[in-house]
Amino acid sequence: MTAPPAPDRDTESGPFWQGLAQHRLLLQECPACRRRRFPRMPTCPYCGTDGGEEVEPPGTGTVYSWVRVERALTPAAADQVPYCVATVDLDGGGRIHGRLEPPAAARIGMAVTPVYVDHDDWTELRFAGPEGGG
Amino acid sequence: MRAAVAGVGYTAFSRDSGRSVLSLATEACRRAVDDAGLDVAAVDGIASFRVMDDSVPAQAVATTLALPGLRFSVDADMGGQAPCYLVWLAAMAVETGRARNVLVYRALNGRSGARVGTMRFGGMGAQFRYPIGYDAYMMYVAMWAQRFVYETGQGEEDLAAVAVAQRAYAVDNDRAVRRRPLTLQDYLAAPHVVHPFRADDCTVEVDGACAVLVTSLEQARDLRHPPAVVASGAYRAGPRPGLDIGDHALWDDYTRNYTSHLRDDLFGAAGLTPGDVQVAQIYDCFTSTVLIGLEGLGLCERGGSGAFVRSGATTLAGRLPTNTHGGLLSEGYLHGMNTVGEAVLQVQGRGGSRQAARHEVAAVTSGALMDGSALILTADR
Ligand SMILES: [Zn+2]
Repeated sequence: MTAPPAPDRDTESGPFWQGLAQHRLLLQECPACRRRRFPRMPTCPYCGTDGGEEVEPPGTGTVYSWVRVERALTPAAADQVPYCVATVDLDGGGRIHGRLEPPAAARIGMAVTPVYVDHDDWTELRFAGPEGGG
Repeated sequence: MRAAVAGVGYTAFSRDSGRSVLSLATEACRRAVDDAGLDVAAVDGIASFRVMDDSVPAQAVATTLALPGLRFSVDADMGGQAPCYLVWLAAMAVETGRARNVLVYRALNGRSGARVGTMRFGGMGAQFRYPIGYDAYMMYVAMWAQRFVYETGQGEEDLAAVAVAQRAYAVDNDRAVRRRPLTLQDYLAAPHVVHPFRADDCTVEVDGACAVLVTSLEQARDLRHPPAVVASGAYRAGPRPGLDIGDHALWDDYTRNYTSHLRDDLFGAAGLTPGDVQVAQIYDCFTSTVLIGLEGLGLCERGGSGAFVRSGATTLAGRLPTNTHGGLLSEGYLHGMNTVGEAVLQVQGRGGSRQAARHEVAAVTSGALMDGSALILTADR
C-alpha cells in the first residue's frame, strides 16, 4: 500500500498531531462560549475570544455526511479504493473529517468510535462504524 | 451612472489548446471588445482570477492588448466564486466614474495544464485533508451533496435530472465539449466515481478563455448589442468559511451554500424578487450545486429543486430556463466565466436556438460552497 503523505504541520496544528501520536484526540475549547473547534486556531471562530483550553473528548461521534471514493482520482489512491471519508460531529462538540471503516457501512446518523492508525511518521484518526472494522 | 455588460468573447474550448494562456486570454478579451463594437484603446480596466497560479495577470493582458493604460486592475486569488464578483466590482468602478470600460476574463489551460480536479489546494487546512485521502475538490462538493439529498429528501434521480436537462441544451451548443445526448438510463448505468457522484455529475475541464466587457449603460446603448444592465451584485461568505478554499470543517450546514446568504442582498439591491427571474445561470461544477443554488436563491422551494428540474421547468419550454449553454457540466469548466457570458447573451436576446422566450431578468451565480457571488442582469427597460 502506498504510504499516505505525512501532514505539513505548522505552529498551530502541532499539539493536535502530537496528541494523535499518543492516540489522544486534543481539541481546543473556548474559555468564554465553551464551543469546541477544529482545526486549531488562535481565536474562537464563534465569538472571537483569544486562546483555547485543551480538552480531550473520547473521539466518539455521529456521521454528518460521507463520501465513498470508488474510482481513484490520483495514482496514489489506486490501491486504496474503495474508501470512505466521513464528516463526523464529535460528542461534546467539534466537527472533523476522517476515514470511515468499513466503507460499505457508511450512513448518515451512524454512531462511530475512534481508531488510531500509526503510519511511519504520523498517526491518523479514523472512525469505525458499529459493524467494526479498522 | 449605471453599468452594463456590452460584449462577450470566447476562444474555442478544447482538451489541448496547444497555445499559451496569455494567447487565450488576449483572444477572448479582444473578441469581447470587438463584440461590443468598442475601440480596444478605450479599455481602461481589467479584472481576472486564478486558482493556484493557473492563469496570467491583468497587466500581461493590458500589455498584449497594447492598452494606453489602466485605471482599474484586479487579480483575484479565487476560484469559481469570482466571475460575478469581478463583474460587480467592475460595474461599481464604472458607476463611480473610476473606470470607463473594464474587461473581466478567465483564461486557463485547465485540461492540458494544471487540472483543478486533481490539483492540490494548498493552505492551512490542507494538512488535515490530503493525508487522509480527502484530496479532491469533487470530494468536498460530494460531501455536501450527500447531506443535501439526505436532509431534503432527494436522491440520485434529482442529481441525474440536472445532468440530463443541461446536456439537452449542450446538444445545440457548438461551443460545448460534451454534446452526446444523455438519458436518465445512461446516467444511472454509469458507476459512481465518488459516491454520490457519477461522471455525468461532474464538470468537464477544458482549455480556453472567456471575457465580458463592462461599461456604462449610457455608452452600452450606443454599442452594437442591447445592454445587459447590471441591476445588482452580491458577494457573501457565511460564518466560519474556513482556513482555505477546501476547508469546510467549521461550516455548519452542508445543505445551504452562499446563495442562501446573499439572496436578500441580491434581490433587495435590484428591487426584484426571485419570482421575477426569467432565466437562471447557476454555477455547476457539479450537479448538486444547481439544486442547492436554485433552492438557496429561492427560485424553487426547499427540497423541491429536483422535482422542479424533473418537471421540465428549467428547459426552454419551462418556467425558468436554466443553464442554457449546458453549464459547466457540458459546455466546459471556465470556472463560471462562461456562466456569466451565457447570461449576458440571453439577456441580449442572442441565444440563438437556445434563446429563452422571456429574458428580461437573469440571475447568475458564481461558486459552490462557503462563499460566492451573484448578479442580476436585466434588459434596458
Ligand atoms: Zn467562543
